[in-house]
Amino acid sequence: MVASIATYWNEPRGVSRIRLCPSPGSKAKSMRTSLPKTPPFGPPGSMPSRPVAETAAAGPRRRAGKRDGPATYAVTPQVRVASDEGTAGDSEVLAARIRLLEGLVGRAEIADCTQFALQWLGEVLGVTQSICLVRHEAEPCLIVVGASGMPGSAVASYTVSLEEWGNPLVTAFTNRKALFFPAGPHSADDRRRRPATPFEDGVFHVVPLGVPGLSDNPIGLLLVGGTAPLAEEFHWFTAIFSRKLDQVHYRKMRIAEVQGRAESDRLNLIIDSVADPIVVTDAVGATSLMNKPAERLFAIPAQASAIEQRWVQANDAHFSSFIADMLVSSDRRRVGEIGLSDPKTGEPMPVEAIAGKMLSEHGELTAVVTILHDRREAIEKARLYEQLKQASDELERKVQAATADIAQQNELLRRQAIELEQASALKSQFLANMSHELRTPLNAMLGYTSMLLQGVAGGVEPPVKRRLGRIESNGRHLLTIINEILDISRIEAGRMPLQLSTFSVPDLVSEVKAELEPIIMRSKLVVTLDLPKDLTPISSDRQKVKQILLNLLSNALKFTHDGCVTIAAGHNSKERTVTLSVTDTGIGIAHADQHKIFEDFRQLDNSPTRAYGGTGLGLSICRRLAQMLDGRISVESQVGKGSTFTLALPTKGRK
Amino acid sequence: MSRNSDRPRVLLVDDYPDAREMYTEYLEFSGFDVVEAGNGMEALQRAVDSTPDIILMDLSLPVMDGWEATRRLKADKCTAAIPVVALTGHALADISEGAKRAGCDAFVTKPCLPEDLVREIRRILDSPQSSSTKKVPRSGKYARRS
Repeated sequence: MVASIATYWNEPRGVSRIRLCPSPGSKAKSMRTSLPKTPPFGPPGSMPSRPVAETAAAGPRRRAGKRDGPATYAVTPQVRVASDEGTAGDSEVLAARIRLLEGLVGRAEIADCTQFALQWLGEVLGVTQSICLVRHEAEPCLIVVGASGMPGSAVASYTVSLEEWGNPLVTAFTNRKALFFPAGPHSADDRRRRPATPFEDGVFHVVPLGVPGLSDNPIGLLLVGGTAPLAEEFHWFTAIFSRKLDQVHYRKMRIAEVQGRAESDRLNLIIDSVADPIVVTDAVGATSLMNKPAERLFAIPAQASAIEQRWVQANDAHFSSFIADMLVSSDRRRVGEIGLSDPKTGEPMPVEAIAGKMLSEHGELTAVVTILHDRREAIEKARLYEQLKQASDELERKVQAATADIAQQNELLRRQAIELEQASALKSQFLANMSHELRTPLNAMLGYTSMLLQGVAGGVEPPVKRRLGRIESNGRHLLTIINEILDISRIEAGRMPLQLSTFSVPDLVSEVKAELEPIIMRSKLVVTLDLPKDLTPISSDRQKVKQILLNLLSNALKFTHDGCVTIAAGHNSKERTVTLSVTDTGIGIAHADQHKIFEDFRQLDNSPTRAYGGTGLGLSICRRLAQMLDGRISVESQVGKGSTFTLALPTKGRK
Repeated sequence: MSRNSDRPRVLLVDDYPDAREMYTEYLEFSGFDVVEAGNGMEALQRAVDSTPDIILMDLSLPVMDGWEATRRLKADKCTAAIPVVALTGHALADISEGAKRAGCDAFVTKPCLPEDLVREIRRILDSPQSSSTKKVPRSGKYARRS
């Protein structure tokens, strides 16, 4: 087995002293004095036949020229690195060292540094063959980052797997031991122990690269060919080179670390920014990460009361139980509900848990990520939705009920309308019948009376004749009443249709006067007409206008005891109306009573012994007829002086 | 039915006996020959039997009403030329319209004084339409009386 004589790593303090010391002379001296007195690499011949690893402690410097066999690395033909004789050697050494330092400082890449360093090694220390291996960042192996004096093909594919536990290079790397392999295997045993290198059977040293205390892991190995023992300058070189590599490597690591931290910060930020609690648990169920909302649920806050602690602990227990189930199940994904409690209020807080297993590429469980979703809001929403739905249903039911109600009411109204129509028809029929039935006996009464008066049944004595006259006049009055009641009823029932025609007003007035001539004769009043010649014919219902005028004139004759009655006509071209007025010099109507006279069954003298006959329907009928004709009747009167009734009609009636 | 004389003959149709009697009395008093009927069916029979010069037709009648009787009279060419005067206690406009549609030649509303009725009968019998019928000689006599 390779024997470890001493650790290489005792030395670097000296190196730092070299760097720090401004004086080349004192630096060299102090360095030398500081270096531990460890045995130098002996010449191959003086060493045991087995490969021996030696410490890199500086030994006595030897001139290459003084040695037999392979040249030592202490002094190159070009540069005497260290010399006891004179300062010239020291300054040369210092210059060489500064060159290395300057070269390394300006380089940031491992390959670049290595190439420069190995070149320096060749130029200054005469190391013609060298290979630098460093630990691969990801793979468990050492790879070549630089070589000097070696066939490219041999170096290009050369790696050392760190998983080959029997490989002495692996031991040298992990244990940070320097090794020396003399030339050629001398036995099968040697062959077995000797690692495969581009040096093959040649002589080579193995020097670990790394800075103890600075980096935890060794960086790599430096393989140098040749039997020459490694001198002080070489150890200084490895120390410097190691530091440089470590620095570069460390920086890479740090950058990666910073990047990694940024990545994980970002991840944390994302996880924390999610409002839902997220918990990451490892393969055994231990929590490895949780975001703030999850902490609120599962972490006991400072100054939590006993009850709050219990709530949180209960949450934790529920969650652990869920995760435990998840871990033992084969499901990769699981969705379940966990009955947690609000850690502040303790009120039930049902959460939906969605858990997913994170598997390595080999299918091993590495973590379980669980996202919890507070279902209270959803439940509340569902509840509100249910309420809304109920309210909506209720509303719909009400609307339907109301609609049904309205439909029922409509049906009721429709039936009522039909009933009303039927009632109206019945009323009309009743009126018609009533009229007929009243007229039939009246017809006989009036007829016989008339016949008796005419002497059809023989001569009648004057006193009897006078009494028969009373019967006749009362019969006629009764007939008038019947007719007027019939008229009112027909108007109210809308069964008095208009029959429009164009007619001359003066003709109508003359006709009316002629019709009432017997009464005029009896009344001994003077009836005068005041009709303008240019009165244009009007379009209206002639029969109804005549009826109104007859009524007005009858009234005037009835209520005037002496004086005169004037029928006047005129027209208002602006309002397109024709006016017909009947003026008398009769008893007149008090102003307060003037509006009453147009009411139904209204006579100013309502006493049983009233002086004037009539139904009290005349003016009411006149008013209604005038309305039907789009006209109106007005009155001007003074008690004791007389009255003027005026009918105003549009010159053109409806339709 | 045999004719009493050359007096114009009136067929008086009315279901109300008092009215019938009254008008009959007055019409006869006024120089008419009167034939009576109490309903529409009877009226049709009398119209054929007695060949009246004019028919006074009440409208509201039992068995057959005046409208229907008038329609049948006007539909029968033997009686179509006889003027029919609707004589009714109905005062509504649509009643008179209905009577006109049924074929009535005139319309008189009851109560109607006997003398007014006679005046109306004479007016109709004197009209040119009536004079063109076979009743001309009688109407001539009637004219003489008036």
